[in-house]
Amino acid sequence: MARTATSTKKETASRNNNGNGAKKLPAKAETANGGQDFALVELAHTEYLKRRKSQIESIKKTDKKLLRAMLYQMVLGRRFEEKCAEVYRMGKIGGFCHLYIGQEAIGVGSMMALKPTDMVITSYRDHVQAMIKGITPEAVMAELYGKEGGCVKGKGGSMHMFSKELEFYGGHGIVGGQIGVGTGMAYAAKYKNSGQVTLCFFGEAAVNQGIFHESLNMAQLWKLPCIYICENNQYGMGTSQERAMSTRNIAKKAEAFEMANEFVDGMDVMAVREATLRAIERARKDGSPTLLEIRAYRFMGHSMSDPGNYRTRDEIKKYQERDPIVLFKDSLRESKVLGDKDFEKIEAEAVEAVERAVKFAEESSYPQESELFTDVYA
Amino acid sequence: MPLLTIRDALNQALREEIIRDENVFVMGEEVAEYDGAYKVTRGLWKEFGDKRVVDTPITELGFAAVGVGAAMAGLRPVIEFMTWNFSILAADQIINHAAKMLYMSGGQFKVPIVFRGPNGSAYQVSSQHSQALEAFYANFPGLKVVMPSTAADAKGLLKSAIRDDNPVLFLEQERMYGLKGEVPEDDDFTIPLGVADVKREGTDCTIVARSMTVPLAMQAAEKMKEEFDVSVEVIDPRTIKPLDIDTIVNSVKKTNRLVIAEESHYFASVGAEISHTVMEHAFDYLDAPVMRISTAEAPNPYAKNLEALALPDVDKIVAAVKDVCYL
Repeated sequence: MARTATSTKKETASRNNNGNGAKKLPAKAETANGGQDFALVELAHTEYLKRRKSQIESIKKTDKKLLRAMLYQMVLGRRFEEKCAEVYRMGKIGGFCHLYIGQEAIGVGSMMALKPTDMVITSYRDHVQAMIKGITPEAVMAELYGKEGGCVKGKGGSMHMFSKELEFYGGHGIVGGQIGVGTGMAYAAKYKNSGQVTLCFFGEAAVNQGIFHESLNMAQLWKLPCIYICENNQYGMGTSQERAMSTRNIAKKAEAFEMANEFVDGMDVMAVREATLRAIERARKDGSPTLLEIRAYRFMGHSMSDPGNYRTRDEIKKYQERDPIVLFKDSLRESKVLGDKDFEKIEAEAVEAVERAVKFAEESSYPQESELFTDVYA
Repeated sequence: MPLLTIRDALNQALREEIIRDENVFVMGEEVAEYDGAYKVTRGLWKEFGDKRVVDTPITELGFAAVGVGAAMAGLRPVIEFMTWNFSILAADQIINHAAKMLYMSGGQFKVPIVFRGPNGSAYQVSSQHSQALEAFYANFPGLKVVMPSTAADAKGLLKSAIRDDNPVLFLEQERMYGLKGEVPEDDDFTIPLGVADVKREGTDCTIVARSMTVPLAMQAAEKMKEEFDVSVEVIDPRTIKPLDIDTIVNSVKKTNRLVIAEESHYFASVGAEISHTVMEHAFDYLDAPVMRISTAEAPNPYAKNLEALALPDVDKIVAAVKDVCYL
């Protein structure tokens, strides 16, 4: 069971009213789903419905090409990760493999608000973000296959996608480590006066690491143009946020550093985009950092080897009702910007791109044995 | 050539490199307004200002990470640890991030960064402030580890370290900051990393020493000459990684005897590595088992007599040389 009545009561006392589950939540006894407490997701949806009208308006004001590209990246990400799960089970991908399914709106909504010259760094759940930054599905899939056509020549695998050319500073495997590195990237941007913004992604479990606090302190102290995006998928491996953190409210932690912050519904790609745009403006204007807590839900296990026995099917199903792709399609349809025919076409394009990626990965060679010793030193 | 302390030689190297390359900056605790805890950065903040000489909060993991990220994005940070003991807090950034970035990015992201500061014992600062950590860091591919023992080496090696495109760990010694030596005035004076220096030539026994044990080995060599007419060769590898093993092996082939003197603990030390490598390459040349003088297998104590007992000294090195010479 994911949440208990006791902890629900505790957390209501300390929350502010920023949409971050701020209102009093029903206790377990009041829920009508066999003891499962879905107050958080229900509240998120209530808030979403309230925003709906203004969201439709903002969709109408957004470039149609961009909206299509956003949906395409979300669908591509979904199909790509589904394919990863499939080929992983066939033994084509080794090691760890963390999928992004359910979190697509975060990567797409935030990264597609950037300029190409802006920098991005993220955790090991990096396949989809690598593609949003412009690494081809072929190069990502070949990397997963451990082939020389991979974006890092088969040396990094699932957790370590990089592209210097595309300002993608990698997937990183130590929980929270990249928060400090991202802070350093923003430091360099300020030092060089390059105007670049850094997006630094990490999961909610990384917030409990010392590096999160050390980094945010320096970023605010030195006014670094860094946007910290906490992708709250609610579980650090098999440990729910409430079992690992004394407060639900991650965004508010920024206030300890007097840093701008916002809580965002991670199932609503337009909300993510708008919050990121606000943060980008702050960063470009006076170099101020921002912490965004973007709450979504991981539809799959932590990695491909996760049996998932720490949460119920009902809970996953409940969150899947707020599938970010479905929500976005509904809004696009209602805005009359894109319709079912467009969706079918996008779907077909994504599936084709994934098939191309698999074909490329299959046909790519394994790295030469001499590669073992290249790139150890510059 | 002017006579400089190691402290001032390091200061000159930093100053010259800050002037030479606009991407070089110095960052660490108390490096700016306070002039450096050990005054290595004295005067730099006053001359170059906040951008090039940056005081940090006490946040070793954090500022090490800032250095790594800044280096990936094109800068050349010189990160000072007030002592290497505190680098252990930042080991995640040094080992998990800096050391591996080039490799796991398939050669795309270089990390041209220097981490520097005093390593090893000082004077009665007890267990948490007296550790020699070179063996720990030298174990990780991707890192370079440098340990100077003279003022000229300190300057020339630090300049090379700053110009190197890899993460370089530059381990100084607090007890040695005041040691004086001749230092070339040339702004472009550098000493390549990975090249050992024969500090004293000899024919009967080789001592491999580094950092604090180099002056001790020199004194031991002198004593062996005076008291036993034994000619000792003293080699300072200067760079622990990459290690110039050829110079050491060639010396052993000449002297047939080897003593290794180091400040780190005995177990799994760099001396053990050197000893093994010499065994691999010069087994038939050895006339005696290799001897190693290290710090005692205990956390470093505070009491003056116990600290002296724990650390390498001239007499211990002399005794080892006598042992391998069967004297």
